Amino acid sequence: MSGWIGALTGGVLIGLSATLLLWLNGRIAGISGIVNGLTSAPVTDRGWRLAFLAGLLLAGGLVLHVVAAAPPREHFPRMTLVVAGLLVGIGTGIGNGCTSGHGVCGLGRLSLRSLIAVLVFMATAMLTVFVVRHVLGASQ
Amino acid sequence: MKSNWFTAAIAGALFGIGLALSGLTDPRIVQGFLDVSGAFDPTLVFVLGGALGVTVIAFRFVLRLPKPLFDSDFRVPTAQRIDRNLIVGAAIFGIGWGLAGYCPGPVLVGLAAGRPEALYFVPAMLVGGLLAQWLVKRGE
Repeated sequence: MSGWIGALTGGVLIGLSATLLLWLNGRIAGISGIVNGLTSAPVTDRGWRLAFLAGLLLAGGLVLHVVAAAPPREHFPRMTLVVAGLLVGIGTGIGNGCTSGHGVCGLGRLSLRSLIAVLVFMATAMLTVFVVRHVLGASQ
Repeated sequence: MKSNWFTAAIAGALFGIGLALSGLTDPRIVQGFLDVSGAFDPTLVFVLGGALGVTVIAFRFVLRLPKPLFDSDFRVPTAQRIDRNLIVGAAIFGIGWGLAGYCPGPVLVGLAAGRPEALYFVPAMLVGGLLAQWLVKRGE
């Protein structure tokens, strides 16, 4: 499955997953929040997080392996990956959410905080890509 | 309160399959979406549209229930204030997202499928999450 059909199908599945987790478990399907809670939440609140992530990794990894999407990027600077990973970890930790927590779930709850967060991270992400590609002239 | 592990794993699996089908595990697609002044790639619009199409409607019904099916109460963020942490965190997250084209969910699925870039990004992201916890605690 590729292009917009895969995108729309994938999006609907993500929405259904978020709905299930809220309806059955009463929790928000925000990936950064679920991961960060592994170390910060009370011990009794960690099991479902591990179970959710195990499901995500096993099923997601398997399906991605089977659908064999485009081959991975080559020669993308490792240092950039590490810096970007750090920023994503710090930013989602301080701002309490990422594309799923603020985007899919927060906007789904019509939360003003999440709307502001989404607008801010979309803006700085677009600005970053603009600077990297069109000001510094990197090819990828 | 212990939250049901089995239902959390099912939701996680659905989320992972959705991400694997969506195309968002390919950072080029994500950066293509963020590159508004270049070759704009609308894939992310379909993913977010599909997900929000479900959550905006379904969350309204779910959150009217007295409690979730397998837990004692809904754990939904209660903060209303648009504070500095929200803005600064979202801004930092956006920069990292734009730099490498990965947000937490897709890169975890990529890691599970053995994508080499995820091996650099994910550990850095986890360290960033711990740093954020420390920073937020120190700021309180």
